[in-house]
Amino acid sequence: MKEDLCVVLFHSTSLALRGEKLCREEKIPVKLIPVPRSLSSDCGVCLRFPCADEDRLRAIFTARALEFDDIARL
Amino acid sequence: MRQASSHGVLHISIAMIYLDNAATSFPKPPVVHEAMLRFARDTGANPGRSGHRLSVDAGRVIYDARESIAELFTVTDPLRVLFTGNATGGLNQALLGLLRPGDRVVTSGMEHNSVMRPLRALEAAGVRAVVVPCSPQGMLDPDDLRRALSERTAMVVINHGSNVNGCLQSVRELGIVARDAGALFLVDAAQTAGCVEIHMEDDNIDLLVFTGHKALYGPQGTGGLVVGERVPLDRMRPLIYGGTGSRSEFETQPEFPPDRYESGTPNTIGIAGLGEGVRFVIKTGVQEIRRHEDALAAALIEELSSIDGVRLFAAPPERRLSTVSFTCGSLSPSAIGLRLDEEYDILCRVGLHCSPAAHRSLGSFPEGAVRFSAGYFTSHDDIAAAVDAVRVLSKEGRRA
Repeated sequence: MKEDLCVVLFHSTSLALRGEKLCREEKIPVKLIPVPRSLSSDCGVCLRFPCADEDRLRAIFTARALEFDDIARL
Repeated sequence: MRQASSHGVLHISIAMIYLDNAATSFPKPPVVHEAMLRFARDTGANPGRSGHRLSVDAGRVIYDARESIAELFTVTDPLRVLFTGNATGGLNQALLGLLRPGDRVVTSGMEHNSVMRPLRALEAAGVRAVVVPCSPQGMLDPDDLRRALSERTAMVVINHGSNVNGCLQSVRELGIVARDAGALFLVDAAQTAGCVEIHMEDDNIDLLVFTGHKALYGPQGTGGLVVGERVPLDRMRPLIYGGTGSRSEFETQPEFPPDRYESGTPNTIGIAGLGEGVRFVIKTGVQEIRRHEDALAAALIEELSSIDGVRLFAAPPERRLSTVSFTCGSLSPSAIGLRLDEEYDILCRVGLHCSPAAHRSLGSFPEGAVRFSAGYFTSHDDIAAAVDAVRVLSKEGRRA
């Protein structure tokens, strides 16, 4: 079965790039992708990750004081 | 000059001697132009706008440069590193963005026009600017600054290292004095970022301005402003408004850094080079760079001061960069500069160096001076050859 994928949305590309870096340090498989139109009208990028890693990702971002907007299921 | 190589520094003498590093450092470490070429050839896209892989790669180039700069100055949040086109852009952002009519700002007598001109423009708009005189060697006494801060002051702005005589201010002490008086402390590190150790927090700096094309070994058209935690971002107005690739559904400017202050497509190819320049500095070590440059400064000062007729403008040991200025008898600085270039292949800078205030403080206004500024790729042979040339010219000057 294909794993469930989620995205985390950020205010800015700089935050998304920081998020990507922090996740890679913690070995969470992430990829920056354009924000799906259904989620936001913004033209920026968001970070795709396996939904199973959501708790870890939230913990990392909280610990490193990285602000994010929202997490959504694809 | 010493040739930069990917593996370090090779000591190869070539004909030209470049002593204008205080204006723009040259040559650059090859990793810098290689990164710029790589960006132009392989990446090229608009950073953080489109979301496709090349756009993300371009965004990463900029983010990585932000992180390297944050590492160099020990800044916790890389997103508080704002890119501008040069140090002048960073200084204008800090000064025009934060000071309001009725505010008082205090500065030193050793400032560059990149500080003095925005301040004079702000004065016309109702900001009060106070200049504290410096010693004949260009040093600002922290006690003099303290006395100037008896009135409520919004900001203190200080040139960390002089582009005229290379004197280094005691930023850490001056920062304590500024902060004790409740002022924000803005440091113009155009001459020092990359060749003098700077620690945002330990040095009590609230706003740090750097340029990319001098001691950070990046290309021209790069620079920035690091905004410390004590600076109220909601009160620092952007100077430029526009597209950021974020919050596109709103017609109002985003409120978070760096986007609030970085509208429009940035100089990504320049920042690609700057990032590599900063990483070169980190890898080489600021202490190692300073050790080499201080040895060059010592040689320059010792040799030039032994020449009859030379009047030297240099800073005391421990408080100096590898930049010195001098005049030579009756010869005009411009005549010396031209002869050094045409007859000796020595490239330097003459005149007032965009710093009339500093030249006044040092007593070299309005004639100006000849400036020699060494860099990490300058060799001791370069210094010896430059000094020999000045010795010959000064003899001719005395005969004339």
